[in-house]
Parts: sequence; C-alpha cells; structure tokens
Amino acid sequence: MNHVLKHIVFILLLAWIAFAPARSYAQDTVQEPKKESLDVKSFIFGHTGDSYCFHITEIHEKPVCVWLPVIVKCKDGGGWHCFSSKHICELKEGETFEHKGARFYIPPITADKYPGKLVEVKADGSLSRPFDISFTKNAFGIFIVCIFLVAFFLPAARKYKKDPLAQPTKYQGLVEWLTYMVLDGIVRPNIRKEKVNKFAPYLLTVFFFIFFANLFGLIPFFPFGANVTGNLSITIVLALMTYFFVNLFGNRHYWKDILWPDVPVFLKAFPLMPIIELISTITKPFALMVRLFANILAGHIVIMVLMALIFIIGGMYGAGMGGVMSIVSIFMTIFMTALELLVAYIQAYVFTMLSSIFIGMAQEEPKHE
Amino acid sequence: MSLSIILEAVSYVPGLAAIAAGIAVIGAALGIGKIGQSAMEAMARQPEAADGIRSGMIIAGALVEGATLFAIVVCLLASLG
Repeated sequence: MNHVLKHIVFILLLAWIAFAPARSYAQDTVQEPKKESLDVKSFIFGHTGDSYCFHITEIHEKPVCVWLPVIVKCKDGGGWHCFSSKHICELKEGETFEHKGARFYIPPITADKYPGKLVEVKADGSLSRPFDISFTKNAFGIFIVCIFLVAFFLPAARKYKKDPLAQPTKYQGLVEWLTYMVLDGIVRPNIRKEKVNKFAPYLLTVFFFIFFANLFGLIPFFPFGANVTGNLSITIVLALMTYFFVNLFGNRHYWKDILWPDVPVFLKAFPLMPIIELISTITKPFALMVRLFANILAGHIVIMVLMALIFIIGGMYGAGMGGVMSIVSIFMTIFMTALELLVAYIQAYVFTMLSSIFIGMAQEEPKHE
Repeated sequence: MSLSIILEAVSYVPGLAAIAAGIAVIGAALGIGKIGQSAMEAMARQPEAADGIRSGMIIAGALVEGATLFAIVVCLLASLG
C-alpha cells in the first residue's frame, strides 16, 4: 500500500476504535445500563478448582458438560453410592439429590461449611462429608496426562528393545532428545554414577508429568483444560514422593549427618541440631510443593482475571467499552499464555533439579582420603 | 469499644492483603533483578560459560520466586478467608 495511505488508514482505524464508547453512549443515555456483573470469584475458582463435572461451555443457557461419575461411601455404616454428577451439578438452590436413601448436594463456593464439595444431608439435617473417591475433573486430567505419557514414550522404548541397532526414526530421535535433556542435564550431574539408574525413572517421570500437566492446563478445550498442577492436593503428592525417595533410600552417612552431625556436643545433646535437621527434611519438599502450586495457579488466575475484565468493564460501561477492552485483554492474555508456556517448562525443570539434588545429597559417599 | 475497633480493623484485611502482596512483589523483583544483573555481567565476561550461567540463573530465579509465592499465597488466603 502507498506509504501515506497506510498512515491514513491507521489513524482512521484508531479513531474508530477510540470513539466506540461514544457510539454506545449515544444509544444508552435514555435507558439504565444493564448491570449483569460477572461473579468473578466463582468464575475463577470454577476454572482453577476441582469439580465433579467437566464443564465445557453453555449453549443457549444450557450447560454442556461431561458428567463424571461420583463415587462416595457414606460414613456411619452407609453403603457405596455411585451416580453420574449430572444429578448433583444441575440442582437448584436448596434442592438435594436422593440416591438409595441418602440425600446429597454441593454447597456453593460462598458457603461456610464444605464449599464446593459433595455433602450428605443426614436425617436430622446435619451435613456430613462422605468418603469421596469420585472421578473428578483433576483425576480426569491426571489420567489424560498419564495416557499421553504412556502413548508418547512407550512405543519408543519398545522399538529400542526390539532392535537396538536399527537406525532411529525421527520419533525416536525426539524421545531421545527429550530424555537425554533431563538425564544428562538434570539427573547425571547431581547423583552418583552407581545410583543414577535407581532414581532416573522417578525423576524422568516427575519431569514429564509436571511439564505436560502444566501444558495441558493451558489448552482451553476438552479434554485438556483441567488445572492439574495448580492444586495443592496434587503437588503435595509429588512433594511426598520426593520426600520418600530422599529419606527412604538415604545413606547411612546421610542419616548420620542428620541425627548425629559433626558439631560440638552442646548443639546436639538436647536434640537441637537433629530437630532442626529433621524439620529441614520436611521444609525442602514443602517448598517444592508451594513453589509449583503457586506458580501455576497464579498464572491461571491472571489469565482468568484478564478474561473476566472484559465482562466486568462491559457490565459497568456498556458493550462498546467491553469491545475495546476485549482487544486489550486478548493481547495481554496471549502474552500471559506465552509466559505460562515458559513457566511450565521452568517449574518442571526446577522441581526435577531440586529433587535430584536432594536425592544426590542423600546418596553421597564420603571420599576416602 | 475495643471489640468494635478490632471488628473494624478486620474489615480492612482484604485491602491490607493487597498491599502485602505488592510489597512481596517488590522483594521478588529486587532479588531476580540482582540475579539477572550478575548473570548478564558474568556471561559478558566469559561467553563460553554462558550455558552454565544461564541454567544457574534460572534455578536461582525460581528459588527466589518460590519464596515470594509463599507470601502471595498467604495474601490470597488472607484476602479470601
């Protein structure tokens, strides 16, 4: 296009966008602006928290969900109840669902007791939380990650086992590159050579699980949208696994350094140093847990808030302003999502690196001089 | 009288939590800024060591950010609970 014409078109476009709110005000001055404000808290926690059904979208005000099964066992001698979450996710305010003699419902997020979790209403009206092993959205997300990992990595292993000397295909090259990036970059520098093969499977698994779980949490459509690692209940399990691997397989020297270190006696007599060391064995996995959880959850919340801003501004100032806001918001959301891709890799890398450092420290043999 | 003062103070907690989150981010930004500064200087002095320096920088950055996110999680809990 002509150089001057490009500038003119750009300025006209800018003016059209800038005067959009004026156009909408010209229509709305007579009537009151509709205040259908977005319930931000339930919007954000509905997307980042766990839920019994996998909510996809709403078509004509009817929710389109994947109804995951609810599997509970009532306390005090009740039986097992297994039903589709369709019955309890579509309850209105105050209704309960009756199944084989027990009534269930889910208190809303703003409730005092058990917000968002399935409760049983007993005969005297009290709420009790049954033993709940439902297949929730996060469990579904974990299974999706596991199915992907198995389907992605095991065929390569089978090909290598079948014919180790064949020329590797491109797919095998990719798997090799990913695996050696973790093995040579993270595991081998930190763990003694004799013990690498004992801990490499766990460390490789944890790296790829966290990496792909983080990535899948960013994909907005079914079946990938579950926020898996942004939940404390999942990161605590990963941290517990690291804790067990470090302490269960720890050397005699490692335990000696914790329980009877080489320090003056007055520090270890009334067990001062041993207690500090024991607490430090817990705080290190605790930091792993909170770091991964907070990084991923914070990223998801920022993206959700940027999206919710469109509707909040639209609700406050009319639809035109909402349209302008949506352009800004979409750009910032794209930027934040790109940053989240980087954070997904970095968090998996840091978790695995720190786990391998802790495991390596627990496997050290003192050098015999 | 003191009870009403306490109740009034408690109603400011969400706002105070927001200020606390801002202060926590100042700590994170200062820490990661220093890490980035020393990493850049080291990489400029010795470009062939840039790979090791870069991975060290990322690990140190993640550790500092982990500490900050402790504070952010506490602020979130305070503002919502």
